[in-house]
Amino acid sequence: MSESELAIVLGAMVGGAIRVSTPFLFVALGEMLTERGGRINLGLEGILVLGAMGAYAVSYHTGSPWLGVAAAAGCGLALGLLHGLLCSLPRVNDIAIGIALMMLGTGLAFFFGKPYIQPTAERLPSIPLGGWIEDPRLARALEVNPLFLLGVLLAVFLYWALGRTRPGLVLRVTGDSTAAARALGIPVTPVRVLATAIGGAMAGIGGAFLSLYYPGSWNEGLSSGQGLMAVALVIFARWHPLRCLWAALLFGAAGAIGPALQSIGISQGYYFFNAAPYVLTLLVMIASARSGRARIDAPGELALVR
Amino acid sequence: MIRAAPASAGLLAGEARAAALARLVRALELVLVPAAALLLAAGLFALFLLALGRSPGQFFELVWRGAFASFFSWQNTLQRAAPLILAALCVALPARAGLLVIGGEGALVLGGFTAAAIAIPFLGLLPAPLLLLLMALVATATGAAWIGFAGWLRQARGVNETIATLLLTYIAIATMNFFVEGPLRDPASANKPSTLPIGRETMIGPIPGTEVHWGLAAGLFACFAAWILATRTTTGFALSVVGGNARAALAQGLPVGRLVLLATGLGGAAAGLAGFFEVAAIHGQANASLAAGYGFTAILVSFLARHHPLAIPPVAILFGGLAAAGGLVQRRMGLPDATMLVLQGILFVTLLAAETLRGRLPLSGLAGTSGGSPAR
Repeated sequence: MSESELAIVLGAMVGGAIRVSTPFLFVALGEMLTERGGRINLGLEGILVLGAMGAYAVSYHTGSPWLGVAAAAGCGLALGLLHGLLCSLPRVNDIAIGIALMMLGTGLAFFFGKPYIQPTAERLPSIPLGGWIEDPRLARALEVNPLFLLGVLLAVFLYWALGRTRPGLVLRVTGDSTAAARALGIPVTPVRVLATAIGGAMAGIGGAFLSLYYPGSWNEGLSSGQGLMAVALVIFARWHPLRCLWAALLFGAAGAIGPALQSIGISQGYYFFNAAPYVLTLLVMIASARSGRARIDAPGELALVR
Repeated sequence: MIRAAPASAGLLAGEARAAALARLVRALELVLVPAAALLLAAGLFALFLLALGRSPGQFFELVWRGAFASFFSWQNTLQRAAPLILAALCVALPARAGLLVIGGEGALVLGGFTAAAIAIPFLGLLPAPLLLLLMALVATATGAAWIGFAGWLRQARGVNETIATLLLTYIAIATMNFFVEGPLRDPASANKPSTLPIGRETMIGPIPGTEVHWGLAAGLFACFAAWILATRTTTGFALSVVGGNARAALAQGLPVGRLVLLATGLGGAAAGLAGFFEVAAIHGQANASLAAGYGFTAILVSFLARHHPLAIPPVAILFGGLAAAGGLVQRRMGLPDATMLVLQGILFVTLLAAETLRGRLPLSGLAGTSGGSPAR
C-alpha cells in the first residue's frame, strides 16, 4: 500500500466513520435517554425508518430538508409517546411493545413511502471541512454533514443536562430507583413517558439523516438495523452521553472499514467488519457483567442489566 | 360435633362453587380480552383504510378469502404459520425459566444456513432421507448451541440474555452473509448470492394430500411435546420454579444452571429446525431470504400465547393467515404489500396492550387474583 493509498483509506475511513456514525449517534442518544429513565425501547428501529420516510416526503413536498428533519423528529416523538404511554399500563411488557412498534413503524413507512421511492428530494447540505486539501478524493471524504455536528452538540448538551440540571437529576433518580423518586414527589410515570418520547424524537432525526444525507434517498432497505443496534451501543457506552459519541464513532468506523478497503480493491471480509460492533458489544457485556463498575453505571430500574 | 359436619360440607360445596366460578371467569377473560382487542384493532385499521378512501369491508373479505376461506388458502396460511410456531417455542420455552430470549431469528438463520452447508459435500453421495436427517440434526444442534450459549452466558457470567440473543442474531446473519457471498457461494447465483441448491429431488415434499410442508407437523408436535415437558414432568415443574424465583430454586437444590441451559437449548433447537424446514422445504438453498423476520414475529406470537405451548399454533395460524392474504389484498385492491405489516403492527400493539386488562375486568373480582405470566 503506497502512502497516497494509505491516506485515501484513512481519509475514507474518517469520513465514512462520521457518515456512518451519525444515525448511530442519534439513536444511541435517544435510547440512552429512554434507558436513563428506566425503560427500554426496542421500537427505535421502526422510528428510524418512519423518520427517514417522513423526512424524505416532507423535504420533497416543501423543498426544505430542515422541515423534513423536523417532521422526522415529530414522527419519532409520536411513536415514542405511544411506546411510553402503553408501557405505563400494568402488565404490558416494554420489550414486546417495542418489537410491535418496530413493525408498525416500518409498516407505516413502507406503506406511505411507496410513492417516494422514485422522486428525488432536496438533500441536506454538507460542510466542506477538507476544502484546503488538494486531492479531491480526500477532500470529499472530509465533507461533514450538519447533523453530525448537531449530534455532537446534543451529546455534550445531554452530558451537561444529565449531570448539572434539575430535570437531568430528576430523570436519573427516576431511572435509578422508583421508590426514591416517589419519595421525592417525582411523577415517575410522566417522566418516563417524556424521556421515551424525546428519545424517540432523536431516533427520528437519525432516520432523517439516512434519507436526506447518506445514502440520501428513500427505499425500503434503507436501514440496516441501526435502530436495534442502538440498544447494544448504549450498553457499550454504559449509559453515558459522551461515551455514546465515541461508541457511535467506533461503530461507524467498523461499518466504514469495509467500503474503505473496497475503494482500494480489497473486498473480502466485509461482513466480518459489519459484525464487529456486535461481537465487541457482546465481549464488553461478558467482561463487565459481573463487575461493580458496570452495575454503578447502569440505571437501577433497568431490568435488562440485572 | 354433629352440627359441624353439614356446615363444613356446605362450606366445601361453596368453595367448590367459587372455584368453578373463578375458572369460568378466567376462561371467559382468556377469550373476551383478546377478542375485544382484535375487534379494536380491526376498527382502528378500518378507520385507517377509510381515511385513505378504501373500503374496509372489501379488505376484510379479501383477508378472509385469502387466509381461511378455502382449502387452498388454508394451505398457504399453514405454510406460513409453520416457521412461526417453531420459532415461537424459542421464546416460550426459555420464558418458562424466566428468560426473555429475542434471538430466535439468529438461530433460525444459522440453523438453515448450516443445514444447507452440511448438505453440499454429501450431495449425490447420500440418499435423500439420510441427507435430510443429517441436515435436520445439524440445524437443531446449531440452534441449540446458539441460544444455549446465551443461556450459558446468563448462568455463568450474568450476561443479560435478551440483549445477548439480539446481538447474536446480527452475528448469525453476518456469518451467513459472509459464507453465502464468499467461500460457499454458488457461482450460478448471480443476483442473489446463495449456497449450492440441494436439488428438487432432495427437498422435503409436502404432507400427503396437501401442499403444506412437514414443518407444520414438526411444529405442532414440538408444541405438544413442550406442553408435556412444561406441565406434566418434574423437569417442567422445576423450570417454572426457576422462572418464578431463581434464588428459591437454588435454595431448593435445583440444578438452575442446567435447567436454564435445557430451556434455552431446546428453544434454540426449535428455531434451528424452523430454519432447516425453510431450506429443505421452501428455498432449497441458504440465502438472505432466510432472514425474513419470522424470528421477530414469533416473539410476539409467543407473547400473545402467553408463552403457553398449546396456544402458540392458533396465534401463529392467525398471523400466518394475514401473511398469506397479503398477495390477494395487494392484487385486488392495489394496496402496497406493506399494508399487512401495518395491520400486523396494529394488531400486535392492541393485543399486547390489552394484557393490561387481565384480572381487571369488572367480573374479574370474582376470580380472585390471576397469576402473571412466567416471563418478566
